[in-house]
Amino acid sequence: MNVHFSNPGAAPVLQRPLVRIVIVGHVDHGKSTLIGRLLHETGSLPDGKLENLKAVSARRGMPFEWSFLLDALQTERDQGITIDTSQIRFRTSSRDIVLIHAPGHTEFLRNMITGAAQADAAILIIDAAEGVREQTRRHGYLLHLLGVRQVAVVVNKMDRVDYDAARFAEIETEITGYLAGLGVVATAVIPISARNGDGVSLRTDAIGWYAGPTVLEALDHFIPAPPPQNLTLRLPVQAVYKFDERRIIAGRIETGRVAVGDEIAIMPGNKRAVVKSIEEWPVPNESQVPRDASAGQSVGITLDRELFVERGHIVSLASSPAAAGRSLRVRVFWLHQAPLAVGTKLIVRIGTAESRGVVSAIDKAVDPGALENIANVAIATNNVGEVEIALSQPLAADPHTLNPLTGRVVLELDGRIAGGSLLLALHESDVRQAEPETIAAVAKLRAPAVVRDLAARAAELAPRFASLSPVERLVQFRNDVDGRITFTTSFGIEDQALLHMIQKSGIDVDVVTLDTGRLFPETYDLWAETERHFGRRIRAVYPRHDELEPLVARRGINGFYDSREARTACCFVRKVEPLNRALKDAQGWITGLRADQSANRQRMDVVTAEADRNLLKLSPLFDWSRDQVVEFAKTNGVPVNPLHDKGFISIGCAPCTRAIRPGEPERAGRWWWEDETKKECGLHNRG
Amino acid sequence: MDRLDDLEAQSVFILREAFARLKKVALLWSLGKDSNVMIWLAHKAFFGRVPFPVMHVDTGKKFAEMYAFRERYAKEWNLDLIVEHCPPIETTDPTLPPAARYAARKTEGLKLARAKHGFDGVITGIRRDEEPTRAKERVFSPRGAEGIWDVRDQPPEFWNHFNASPPQGAHLRVHPILHWTEADIWAYTRRENIPIIPLYLSQNGKRYRSLGDADITSPIASDASTIDEIITELDATKVPERSGRAMDHESEDAFERLRTAGYL
Repeated sequence: MNVHFSNPGAAPVLQRPLVRIVIVGHVDHGKSTLIGRLLHETGSLPDGKLENLKAVSARRGMPFEWSFLLDALQTERDQGITIDTSQIRFRTSSRDIVLIHAPGHTEFLRNMITGAAQADAAILIIDAAEGVREQTRRHGYLLHLLGVRQVAVVVNKMDRVDYDAARFAEIETEITGYLAGLGVVATAVIPISARNGDGVSLRTDAIGWYAGPTVLEALDHFIPAPPPQNLTLRLPVQAVYKFDERRIIAGRIETGRVAVGDEIAIMPGNKRAVVKSIEEWPVPNESQVPRDASAGQSVGITLDRELFVERGHIVSLASSPAAAGRSLRVRVFWLHQAPLAVGTKLIVRIGTAESRGVVSAIDKAVDPGALENIANVAIATNNVGEVEIALSQPLAADPHTLNPLTGRVVLELDGRIAGGSLLLALHESDVRQAEPETIAAVAKLRAPAVVRDLAARAAELAPRFASLSPVERLVQFRNDVDGRITFTTSFGIEDQALLHMIQKSGIDVDVVTLDTGRLFPETYDLWAETERHFGRRIRAVYPRHDELEPLVARRGINGFYDSREARTACCFVRKVEPLNRALKDAQGWITGLRADQSANRQRMDVVTAEADRNLLKLSPLFDWSRDQVVEFAKTNGVPVNPLHDKGFISIGCAPCTRAIRPGEPERAGRWWWEDETKKECGLHNRG
Repeated sequence: MDRLDDLEAQSVFILREAFARLKKVALLWSLGKDSNVMIWLAHKAFFGRVPFPVMHVDTGKKFAEMYAFRERYAKEWNLDLIVEHCPPIETTDPTLPPAARYAARKTEGLKLARAKHGFDGVITGIRRDEEPTRAKERVFSPRGAEGIWDVRDQPPEFWNHFNASPPQGAHLRVHPILHWTEADIWAYTRRENIPIIPLYLSQNGKRYRSLGDADITSPIASDASTIDEIITELDATKVPERSGRAMDHESEDAFERLRTAGYL
């Protein structure tokens, strides 16, 4: 809602600072009346509003009621209570103000929070006759938790205590003491009567003993909470966009600044890269290309190398990376009707990251309204406490004392935000002994987690696809997936059989092979023969020269035999990174995997979600045996690699593949010098 | 960062959240100044490409200038445009006041279009300063299966965390410019040079402040023939923006009833 008044001395619109101020306090202590009074005394009410309020009040047989100004809902007006938060704008001589009106009823605390969480500053209102009450304390506590640092206290209804300075002093002492205990310093404590107009914009005779600011003066001293630029860089990643040749990491900078050329660390994982560019639309002239960006800005950056980055990661400077861990200690304000207890399963959100979590311990449970410690078993609705939460996957964050923004943790239950909290500490793993059932719950929770939506899609498709033949699966997959589908072939017999099926069914699929540069001569011959046989070109993707040349220089041409780490580095440069590019814009991926190829692959399904790549993976032959594939190839005259007949079953790069003996597992010939359980190059399973 | 930069950054953040967290979203394009700003912000958020469909739920009763604008900018902005038509007025509740039936048509059209395309998120350009029930909105606002807004049970939003997991059958309205004002929209339109429908500018002493169906939207008396003049005019006015929209004023709770039933 927007109201205005013209002030001849006011600065032009949009040059004045905009301050969001929430008005909180116990029910019926006079929040609405104060707002009405402020608008009235500043001449901010829209034309006809006063008459409208009189009419609305009269219709309900009530004396003039300011609250109808903000209680926009029919039920609010009929019941005379504020249910949900609202906002109203007005203007003082120095600034634009958004007043956020928050309900005082305890059952609408979630709405008070929604309003207060957006505020730069707060006015906490207290009835002079009633003094500090339950919601006064609870709202005070929430201001601390939400990070509202500028708070003015207003002692209202002074007329009901005959403007007694002693009564005022008593309340002032109590509330400032309580707030100080929370680390909140009141900028002013102001005696007023909103109904009579004392202390709102005028220091009237009735409060002649008071020398401090009026409410309006206090408002004029509030400033917009500045984005914390003096803290170190924290950029939570919202998404990685690959709409064109750029790979843009997008997000809003919470704190600090980032510049082209900065060495950054992606957390968790501490992967390093250098910021190559800051992207913008419309694309600026060369002279105006941004070189840096700072807190508060929504940005996109590109890096000098392809790292695995996804939503939820935090970009920080390499010199001061964010912390990461799988166990949190938080101070929580709990809103859900069901108490928060040991064993409660939640979704934990920090920045843009989410993880499943389970409460492993409860330390303190406090009712901030009654100021009582209660038994440490569970945290009831609208209470606070300190809890330990075990996560299913590591998250990056900072303790709130180091960074108030990346130290915010939101808890979600049943798909709905159920609590907010401040991060007190972050540990690598669980530090305390928990009950056996909690440990079991944690273990179960830590099964590999995948992106929810994609996983749900895969889970929905997989049972349908299971009953289809491989050809039907291909056709159905094409129908179900919008956008590009990429088939990656290494010219193994499964891939050849699949290519035959793809060609016969005529579906539109991008066929790609990764030329590592170290394939067998037989594989290159088969590649050429396959193109002739099917009459189509197969797209080849090559390693990046600027990655491969330094690798060979560092490790030597056959350095992959030296260690598993050297081998996986080679796989990464020659296969995994090219694969990432091959799949860049794909929505679907077809592979020749079969479940019985190795122990690693036995848990696979026909359709799986590749969360990292944000695509669905189809393995049409997942339930076929090797013999079925051989039979199919023979029957259909599909060209196959002659090496298969020489004992090479699974064929990769020449130096890393050998023939296997009868009875050995299929993939025994791959990287034969390594441990059986870890024989993957990273193409089909990731970290 | 000035005030417009700050508004823009927050809207871009919200648009990216919607795209990241929902399965299938569409941006509602009413062709008015607010949704044009939203489309502009989407270009910024996604670096020149609007990665979801832009949907116009068409009453068939818009001003000719609005249709011309749609045809031109759907092409120029390279939008994936969906046009869906509202059902006839006869299908709406005859007990509603006359202008409210127009709104009910649009509500029904939106409901059908959403179901047809299976959108779980609809991005709309409402603002808190337009109207008191909109002032109570969430950034991510859940709607029941029938599009119903349960104002008594809105979920909390903590800081920049939104509720993006609606229950089965429900969907979300996403409001990226909820925190903007009418003056902000104009100042940003001027700064970014965003095209507008000329009906907003004064001709013969009148201009439209808000654009709806041609037969139930009236112009205001105004000499503001440039955006700068509009901003100056708004700085002084005490008249609400939607005063020219008949559907809002037929009874004390006319607009609330429209909104809880699924109107924007």
